[in-house]
Amino acid sequence: MKKTILYDEHCRRGARMVEFAGYLMPLVYTGIAEEHAAVRESSGLFDVSHMGEIRIRGKDANRFVNHLLTCLVPEDGKGRMFYGFLLDDDGGVVDDLMVYVFDGDDYLLVVNAANKDKDFAWINSHKGAFEVSVSDESDLFSQLALQGPLSREVLGRLTDYPLDELKLFGFDHFRIAGKEFMVSRSGYTGEDGFEIYGSNADILALFRELAEEPEVSLCGLGCRDTLRFEAAMPLYGHEIGPEINPLAAGLGFAVNLEKDFIGSEALKKIKAEGPKERIVALELKDRGIAREGYEVVADGETIGRITTGYLLPGRETALAFALVRAEFSEIGTEVAVRIRRNLVPAVVRNRKFLKKKYIR
Amino acid sequence: MSKVLENLLYSKSHEWCLVEGGVAKVGITDYAQDSLGTVVYLEVGEPGDEVKQFEEFGAVESVKAASDLLAPVSGEIIEVNEEVLDNPELLNSDPYGSWIVKIKLSDEKELDNLLDANGYREIVE
Repeated sequence: MKKTILYDEHCRRGARMVEFAGYLMPLVYTGIAEEHAAVRESSGLFDVSHMGEIRIRGKDANRFVNHLLTCLVPEDGKGRMFYGFLLDDDGGVVDDLMVYVFDGDDYLLVVNAANKDKDFAWINSHKGAFEVSVSDESDLFSQLALQGPLSREVLGRLTDYPLDELKLFGFDHFRIAGKEFMVSRSGYTGEDGFEIYGSNADILALFRELAEEPEVSLCGLGCRDTLRFEAAMPLYGHEIGPEINPLAAGLGFAVNLEKDFIGSEALKKIKAEGPKERIVALELKDRGIAREGYEVVADGETIGRITTGYLLPGRETALAFALVRAEFSEIGTEVAVRIRRNLVPAVVRNRKFLKKKYIR
Repeated sequence: MSKVLENLLYSKSHEWCLVEGGVAKVGITDYAQDSLGTVVYLEVGEPGDEVKQFEEFGAVESVKAASDLLAPVSGEIIEVNEEVLDNPELLNSDPYGSWIVKIKLSDEKELDNLLDANGYREIVE
């Protein structure tokens, strides 16, 4: 079992630790609901050092990342980051990731911890004649996420860098509390916030500094999942995966079909025919919580399954994402979720569970 | 350290019961509520339902997950605590004061299958 550089800090500060993607990570500090609220109203600090970092450099690096990824990655996009997918030839998702453009010939892919080794092998196996070097830099970086409306104010106290010039999906290298970090204005919560990369020693020191700020709550993976769910962001293995392509998941915004990439032919065909199944948002009309794996039923037959579901803090009704047959994906469609002995009525609704307040 | 009360009987699945006059009040232990985190939803059967020892009679849910409630004794549910049903967070603030259901025992001998306070303390410490 691997530990991040912050393992001892988590234990000393009272986190409940849990195994995730081969790492011992904090699940919860004070409570998922409290931590969720802290990120929505103030600022929350997450250890996300388990994320994988894969560097692609070389003469053909831009052509190669555009061959691998569904999103268009511009050669002159230095200082910007993009969300996209690695797909297999059938259009199934190998992973979803953020790509940071360091330079026209230098890119950093930040990938899911659980998929990192698979991704690294996948990328290497598709190098072909591209003149690129691919390196796994996961052990060189640790990563923090500072998320929530007061995060900018907190971070601003520790740096001279003009943070207001850093907009959503922009990044730069600068000093915080006397050390050098790479910082992007991004996150996985639907709030304004920052993702901060640095050496293991520097991230440990910065974590201790940020944890002392009065607005900051320490947060675990428990609320990371409720926050991303409320922000309608997918999680690999739930709303996307080998069997759930980006179009079925409703994530076409991160797919550019005007370029060729691995899986683009399959996606064009899926787009033309329409996905057979779709990820939909559901709202339950009665008591109960739809959990992952529960059956979705309509007209007496099973038409899908829940992929993520919660009764979110501060809400009266449970919300869920479900993978259902496409003919049941229209907003307003009435279905039911089998929760233990009961069939609880639910309705397909829009995904805007949360009004996002990004700094663009 | 979680609290274990002397006068109760316990199941290995972290339910407690207090037996008086052939009726068991059933709840979840301090250890259970602490492991779950804040309880946001509670679901149980209705008065009249028959339950079997160590089989599921409902579920208790935190933000994160659902956990089955297992009946510590067999019998008939004769009352459900509506106050706890409407305010499941009472299971966190006062686990031993918040019974969930009352079960009319069908076989008192089953109580031998439960743990006393000392026995339960051993599995949660």
